[in-house]
Amino acid sequence: MARTEVSIRIGGAAGDGVASTGEIFGKTLSRSGQHVYAYNSYQSVIRGGHVWFQIRGGADPIPYVGQRADILIALNKQTVDIHAATLSPGARVIYDPEKVKLDEAQLPQGVQLCPMPLYELAKKHSPNPIMANTVAVGAAMAFIKAPVGKFKSVLEDQFGHKKADVVDANLKAAEAGIQYALDKWGPMDFGLPYNDTRRPFLTGNQALALGAIAAGCTFYSFYPMTPATSIGQFLADNGPDLGIVVKQCEDEIAVINMAIGASYGGARSACGTSGGGFALMVEAMSMAGMLETPLVVFLAQRAGPSTGLPTKNEQGDLYMVMGAGQGEYPRIVLAPRTIAEAYEASARAFELADKWQTPVIVMSDLLLSEHFETEEEFPMESHRIDRGLIWTGQNGDGPFLRYKVTESGVSPRVIPGTQDGNYIAGSDEHDEDGTLVSDVRAGLPDAIQVRVDQMDKRMRKIEGARQDTKLPERVGPKNAPVTLVSWGSTHGAVREAMAMLKRDGIEVASIEFIDIYPLPQDKIREMLSRERYTVMVEANYTGQLERLIRAETGWFPNDRLFKYDGEPFWPEEIVAKVKSVMKEVSQ
Amino acid sequence: MSAIPVTMKDYKVETFPTWCPGCGDFSVLAGVTKALATAGKHPKDVAVVSGIGCSSNLPHFLKAYGVHSLHGRALPVAQGIKLANPDMVVIATGGDGDGYGIGAGHWLHAMRRNLDITYVVMNNEIYGLTTGQTSPTSLVGHKTKSTPFGNIEQPVNPVGVALMAGATFVARGFSGDAKGLATIIQKGIEHKGFSFIDVQSPCVTYNKLNTYDWHRERVYNLQDAGHDVTDFNAAVQRALEWPTKDPAGKEPIGIFYQQTGRPTYGESERAYQVNANPARAQKLGVSAEQRKELLAQLY
Repeated sequence: MARTEVSIRIGGAAGDGVASTGEIFGKTLSRSGQHVYAYNSYQSVIRGGHVWFQIRGGADPIPYVGQRADILIALNKQTVDIHAATLSPGARVIYDPEKVKLDEAQLPQGVQLCPMPLYELAKKHSPNPIMANTVAVGAAMAFIKAPVGKFKSVLEDQFGHKKADVVDANLKAAEAGIQYALDKWGPMDFGLPYNDTRRPFLTGNQALALGAIAAGCTFYSFYPMTPATSIGQFLADNGPDLGIVVKQCEDEIAVINMAIGASYGGARSACGTSGGGFALMVEAMSMAGMLETPLVVFLAQRAGPSTGLPTKNEQGDLYMVMGAGQGEYPRIVLAPRTIAEAYEASARAFELADKWQTPVIVMSDLLLSEHFETEEEFPMESHRIDRGLIWTGQNGDGPFLRYKVTESGVSPRVIPGTQDGNYIAGSDEHDEDGTLVSDVRAGLPDAIQVRVDQMDKRMRKIEGARQDTKLPERVGPKNAPVTLVSWGSTHGAVREAMAMLKRDGIEVASIEFIDIYPLPQDKIREMLSRERYTVMVEANYTGQLERLIRAETGWFPNDRLFKYDGEPFWPEEIVAKVKSVMKEVSQ
Repeated sequence: MSAIPVTMKDYKVETFPTWCPGCGDFSVLAGVTKALATAGKHPKDVAVVSGIGCSSNLPHFLKAYGVHSLHGRALPVAQGIKLANPDMVVIATGGDGDGYGIGAGHWLHAMRRNLDITYVVMNNEIYGLTTGQTSPTSLVGHKTKSTPFGNIEQPVNPVGVALMAGATFVARGFSGDAKGLATIIQKGIEHKGFSFIDVQSPCVTYNKLNTYDWHRERVYNLQDAGHDVTDFNAAVQRALEWPTKDPAGKEPIGIFYQQTGRPTYGESERAYQVNANPARAQKLGVSAEQRKELLAQLY
């Protein structure tokens, strides 16, 4: 039976055009009615090194990065050395024998070598050697019988703004590749059901940006830092024409302080960074808590500590987020698992920030932020915007007290420019009207009471926000022998591992956290305690979510699978862990 | 901006300044208030933002919107307010430690951006609130609690830095000349673009060197001396006069430089063409049409 899912891997050096070639391929499939999941594995260099791009596409939704390659496009020898072991039975390797000297013996049995004069074929159409990639893509498309018309339309959109002759040269190069491949080897046994359905093909960061746009964010500040940069770039591209001010600042300290200023000024405001940048923002996080300015912060995690592995994955910043800031203030932490959830969490973060007037951190990780996936269109125009309690001085609002002590802890705020709404938002402890109690009044009996009242008021918001927290999702049979507990993008590997285990007759369950804080402690404790044997799965060394859950509920897991090598979780690793655990459980 | 006449009284609040009697910052507070009233700005349209330090308590002592932010962060917060809500008159205030020390990076970048805001630095050449340590503008040899054998670092030249960084309005005031100071601040507020005003504002408690009398012996008024504020090179020459190692050196006060032609950041920001005031936007979010357009690029 013809296979309805394919995995294609392109490998080369930075500067070889691997990522853009992969993106064009992915888009061709996504325009042909296929679901696609694509992952770009790269390094912190602009030229050289080794990068690879994995495209997995097919008729059904794709849960995760493909671990196997059915077709490998090797732009250099290193690609084959590194990826030979991932080739599936019957896989084909496309390469130029002039550039890549291959030894058939190093490849698994049954792998078909497809040497092609990529550069020679490309040269006929363009002096640009990068066109050899297009020849190779043409060959791969011929192998999976992908519709050439869709490929053409992607090229037109990708290069149309440059020159018509670039599109033309690419097309001719692709056709040369297709022809050569068909003549020599013919198509493979793939039968992907191509059709005219199109789906957006986007990254997690683009989804976060779209969520912000849908929620009416009108101010976004950032400083370039992998893997958060593309949130700012997408907004820089699209924001101004939607009336969104996008500001690249001198450093992350300016980034967050500017975002806080914008929020005070009345805008729906957000900023974004990775771990190192967030570390610089910590003092101002606490200020946002004190001023009670709504604020959304996107934190795309990468492997630390310090500069760490800038282009690699980790979930190592949760404890920093939980401890970010001098003193105590309420914070809300969301950690979407998928691209669709990234959109939803981003839009929801703005509602929560305005409702509770405190910072909301949306945590992603490199894999979620940067991988591509096909999604259904987000219903952006139907997002409901609620700016929370706003004092306007009308409708019997009464005199304005910015930090009025209320039952919920939330006090009405004001958009500057409003008559009689003047107040100073102080990072010092303050009275209901914003007057400082930190200097001449500090320690006096009335100021001591003010301090306690204001702390209680702010911290009460945690209890309210707790009611808004989404419970983790549980999937799998009720009485599963093993339950995997995870958060963030690890979801994909867990789900794929579950499917693989099921094929081997092992049915496990999964509990996946979506919102991280404030946790509904009792419900979480109850939920987790029902499981027979739990394995915590996290992309870090110390089990940061485990520690948080334990601190909040007293629960701890039976076993752990922690990974901190910078690579995404591979489902096989989870499968192996579950199988080893099963032996123990059954003993 | 406001049809109702504005007076200094409109800016009055009950909180009395917590500064030491005789502190130079009283003149700055009076100057800011007078300048705002004279310029006809209504308190509802004004935001005063500060960092941390004695001088940074200033926003609490007049009626306005504002943020008393973190040490060194007045400028980013002030810029955020202006970017989000461009109809506000935004004034950032603070001290020399706040602006030229911990916040120096923001100061440089704010000046080259040319947002239409005013930055008033109360420069007393000392850290007052922490009871008397050396500051970025302490003169060489100044004995402070942290430099008991005398400061050995060269002081920052705030006016010189501001000129090089591209500020379009650069001035120095002196708290001993309250009237002149109020005029400078008013001109700064009325200037379209980033106005930078360094104010020699003596600390009467912890700086026994740079006192009122000490400054009075040295200051001279640039405008009285016939200085041309449109002449950048002349401004640079004047800026180099102070701070100086010359015991007989003179300290110019007044407006050094004003460039009127350069577009402000706001005038160049594309988002305002669609949304003149992002903070007060009537309609947030996107329409179905806009959604379609946005998503089209992702196929």
